[in-house]
Amino acid sequence: MGFIEWATSPWGQSVPIHIAWFLIWVAVIAGLLFLIVHAIYVMYFAKPRVFAADDSSAASASIPARVPRHSLVARLFHWIMAASMFTLLFTAFLPKVGIQFNWVTYHWIAGAVLTASIVFHIIHASFWLDFWSIWPDRIDLDDAWKRVRRFFGMPSPPPRKFAKYPLENKLFHGVIILCGLSVILTGVFMMSRVRTIFFPRNPYLFSDMTWGLMYVLHGLAGVGLIALVMMHVYFGLRPEKRAITKSMIFGWMDRDFYLEEHDPERWKVETSSSSSNRIERRGITDAG
Amino acid sequence: MAVIRDVMPAFELYQPSSVADAQKLLQQHGSDAWVLAGGMDSFDWLKDRIRKPKVVVDLSGIEELRGVRTTGDGVEIGAMTTLTEVVNHPVVKQKYGLLAEAAEVVASPQIRNQGTLGGNVSQDTRCWYYRGGWPCYRAGGNICYADTPEGRNREHAILHADRCVAVNPSDTAPALIALDAKFVLRTPKGERVVDAEDYFIGPEIDITRLHILQPGDLLTAIRISSAWAGTQFYFEKVRDRNVWDFPLLNVASAMVLSGGTIQRVRIAVNGAAARPLRLKAVEDSVRGQPRNKATGEMAGKLSVQGAIPLQFNAYKIPLMRNLVKRAISGVEEATWAS
Repeated sequence: MGFIEWATSPWGQSVPIHIAWFLIWVAVIAGLLFLIVHAIYVMYFAKPRVFAADDSSAASASIPARVPRHSLVARLFHWIMAASMFTLLFTAFLPKVGIQFNWVTYHWIAGAVLTASIVFHIIHASFWLDFWSIWPDRIDLDDAWKRVRRFFGMPSPPPRKFAKYPLENKLFHGVIILCGLSVILTGVFMMSRVRTIFFPRNPYLFSDMTWGLMYVLHGLAGVGLIALVMMHVYFGLRPEKRAITKSMIFGWMDRDFYLEEHDPERWKVETSSSSSNRIERRGITDAG
Repeated sequence: MAVIRDVMPAFELYQPSSVADAQKLLQQHGSDAWVLAGGMDSFDWLKDRIRKPKVVVDLSGIEELRGVRTTGDGVEIGAMTTLTEVVNHPVVKQKYGLLAEAAEVVASPQIRNQGTLGGNVSQDTRCWYYRGGWPCYRAGGNICYADTPEGRNREHAILHADRCVAVNPSDTAPALIALDAKFVLRTPKGERVVDAEDYFIGPEIDITRLHILQPGDLLTAIRISSAWAGTQFYFEKVRDRNVWDFPLLNVASAMVLSGGTIQRVRIAVNGAAARPLRLKAVEDSVRGQPRNKATGEMAGKLSVQGAIPLQFNAYKIPLMRNLVKRAISGVEEATWAS
């Protein structure tokens, strides 16, 4: 039983055609196992988190009650991306597990929406948001090392509080970029194999081998996204992460949560009275 | 002594004598099992070494699957009834002449003597890329070799293509749809009866099958009620040669007239898509209309709306338009138009 399905092309060449579909179940089971292990760990074994002392209490007076985190545009992007991602996953994999329906049209339309939203996000994040806030920095790595040492009972000073995004968020974002761009880039080319409104069909754009590898990469990234989306939804529903999830709906998080988890030095919040008023009125503003 | 190595791969042959036994075998072996009816389609696959089933379940010994039985409301035809038996059966000839006519133009007399009605409606597509063993979508791959700039696609689909452009080659299928037949299936969950048109599926639903039968399922009979018995029928098959050929297109219709006005009608075509198409829009548009040239032309034009020709099969659009026109208005009224 291989991870890749192979076939013999009309020219006698052995070429990959797609991933073996049992990998869908591998991804689902791996995702479920992670959730179960993590839930048990948090429930029975996790120690209370300790952060290094900071001057957040001094800064608290200037922090608004509702700390702006995600702009309306950023939230719209997130939910459009989520809807298209769910559509893509369901339309891709339900037929493979026996639920038959007319999936191709929905799949490429959702893929086009995802592609457009990701292109928008790259431009928006590059020029209008704090681009580097989602990428790990040196402090993240130092703190991660401290947390690892403390996890194994080794002496280490406590880590600092997080910047706008915890390291886990940043790493997840990085993995999503890898998988997302893989499915998008391969998916855009794969659209030339079916009838869409975008370009004429051209199944001979690449060689059979290149196409095969493209289908395999598309499939691997796709099943990877099954597990990643399961984890993302799980963390979004966890009680200790609810403030973050709420901020993706309403755009802001409570001051208490902000002060508890985030370092005002690393994530500076807009605190001018005019801005605060604007925040209070609209409930949102650009973050970062 | 020379050893012939290139032989048909070995398989376990089972010859059950009852539907229950056949069903048990099919459920036991699942997707490893191959159902053998008349063998007219199966032996191509097996002798070409393209399909290599571990188990073949031969239905030819099951008497209950054979024969035409009259019922309170029409007839029930066993799935293993040969096409010749269907053609020659007096009740079929008298009341369901559309089916007899369609069955009579299948292939050749020898093939009709061996081929079964169940096999004719369940046979696989004739796309030669697929039959040649190429790893196309229908074979589980990721390309359609027919729908390419250089692909030989003269016989392929003009409607409802979805990645794969193969067509259903059955002659009896559109006749059974026009007669509003019901297909009786035995599945692991019990007996299931489906409308003829729902027995067939296109690539948008499952690109590897032409019908709804899953491993373990068996088509046991086809029931035709008296609702369309003895009505006005039309069947026409266009093929490259007059015998022993699959349809380029065929059309079947059943119609009830009242004083020259179309009261009720059912019409289906095959060879245009991966499944035989019941033309509901055409039926709706001609119901209540006079049966004449104008209605036929309108029906013909409507029938090909949305058709997308491939490189070499654009001729199918006027062909289908004319066939539908003739089926609706009658041959006398219809003049052939390109």
